[in-house]
Formats: sequence, C-alpha cells, structure tokens
Amino acid sequence: MSDTRNAPNPDMLRSPLSRARGLGSARAGSTHWWAQRMTAMALVPLTLWFIFSALRGLIGASREEIVVWLSAPVPLVLMLALILATFHHLHLGLQVVIEDYVHDHARKLAAVLVMKAACVLLALACAVSVLRLGL
Amino acid sequence: MRDVRDALMVARNTDGKLVRRPLSPHIQIHRWPVSMALSILHRASGVALGIGTLLLTWFLVAAATSDDAFARVQWFLGSPIGILCLLGWAAALVFHTLSGLRHLYMDTGRGFEPDEYNMTGWAVVVGTGVLTLLLWIAGWMVR
Repeated sequence: MSDTRNAPNPDMLRSPLSRARGLGSARAGSTHWWAQRMTAMALVPLTLWFIFSALRGLIGASREEIVVWLSAPVPLVLMLALILATFHHLHLGLQVVIEDYVHDHARKLAAVLVMKAACVLLALACAVSVLRLGL
Repeated sequence: MRDVRDALMVARNTDGKLVRRPLSPHIQIHRWPVSMALSILHRASGVALGIGTLLLTWFLVAAATSDDAFARVQWFLGSPIGILCLLGWAAALVFHTLSGLRHLYMDTGRGFEPDEYNMTGWAVVVGTGVLTLLLWIAGWMVR
C-alpha cells in the first residue's frame, strides 16, 4: 500500500479561489471541451439518420419531393437539430484549429470572429431554408 | 555533424548557449504510428467537412429559392467535380465519425494501452475503408 497522503498534490499549488472558480489555466473551464463532446454525441445518430434519409430518396429528389419530405414534423425537427449540432460542433473545432496555428493575437482574434460569424450565418441560412421548405 | 538528423539535435539551453540534445517531436524522422496519422487526419477531415457544409448550405438554400437555383446545384452535384466532392465528403464523414467515436471512448479514460490503442486505430482505418465503399456503392445504386 502506498501512502498517498504525502504524495505531491497539484492542487496545493493553486489558490483556493482558483480552485473554487474551476476555470483552469486557460481561464475558460471545461465549457468548450464539454460542448464539443455533447454535440459529437448528438451528431452520431443525427448523421446516421441523414445518411439513411439521403439514400432513401434525398439523392436525386425534386424540389417537390424535398418539400413533401420536410413537411412531416420528424424530418423537419431532426434536420434542424442536425444543422444546429453540425455548426455548433464545427465552430468549436475550427476555433481550436485557428488557435493552434495562428500565433499573432490580433490575427487570431480576427480569424476566430470571422469564422464564427460565417458559421452563424451559414447555420441560419440552412435553418431558414429548411423551415421555408417544410412549413 | 554526421547526418541530417544531427541538425535536428541543435537547441539552446536556458543561458542561450547552443547545445546538442534530442528535441521533440522529431516528426521528420519518426516512424508514423497509426495513431499519429489518425490524429492529424481527424483534424483534416473535420476541416474538410466544414468546407462540405458550404455544399449542404448551397443545396438547401437553392431548394428553398427557385427551380432555376435548384437546377444549378443539381447540375453541379451531377458534374464530375460535384461527384468527386460528394465521394470525398462521404469518406471524410465516415472517417471523422469513426475516429470521433474512438476519441469519445478514450475520453472515458480507456483505450490508452499500446495494444488497444493500435488495435482501435487500425479498426478505424479498416472500418472507414469498408463503410465508405459501401456508402459509395449504395449512393451509386439509388442515384
């Protein structure tokens, strides 16, 4: 049995305030990490459903057929969920890529902001289109 | 300096003096384990799928706009470049999903022993090949 009471404890080096805040050295906590995993878990079934739907009739469908498909509540709701989860997951992932490879602070901030704006606009364009087709 | 690898051993210590010592990571001279390739491919396929969302957006917006706009996107998706985009998109989607599932599994703290690490890594490679091929064939049959 090893005595763990005297083992070095990394928390000893942190102030009680820092520990209570729980935000870590990056000052952001686990919010980003957790959101990325939650959207990843949501995207597994949503992606499978979308591939299944594409193979079952979306490929080569006419506009009228897409309208009929999206007029049912389940495809419309799942399509909106897929769009939201996809673009949320995408902006989180691209943010990490940009933060890793762009070192200049001003450029990094600019790139992240432009990327996030693009993701929001694309997500809204997709969502509005799907609602327009289905409602 | 005996060969090119020695050039990668030159570093500065905290006093700023040049010293010879191994640096890490030696990406140029290391054998690439499967996990190393998967790691960067996961990121690359994620970025590729991000570009793919432009195609999805174009498709949905065109379908919601007019017959002309929809005919244009259908023409593009049926052209050789469009088909290549769809095949690549399917491959990236299958790979990113399987590799992502492996990451979620490892997020639970499991799968880090070398044997399992390599086994799940190769499972992702083989699974991507098989499922992508099946998806391509299925897509070709229903087109």
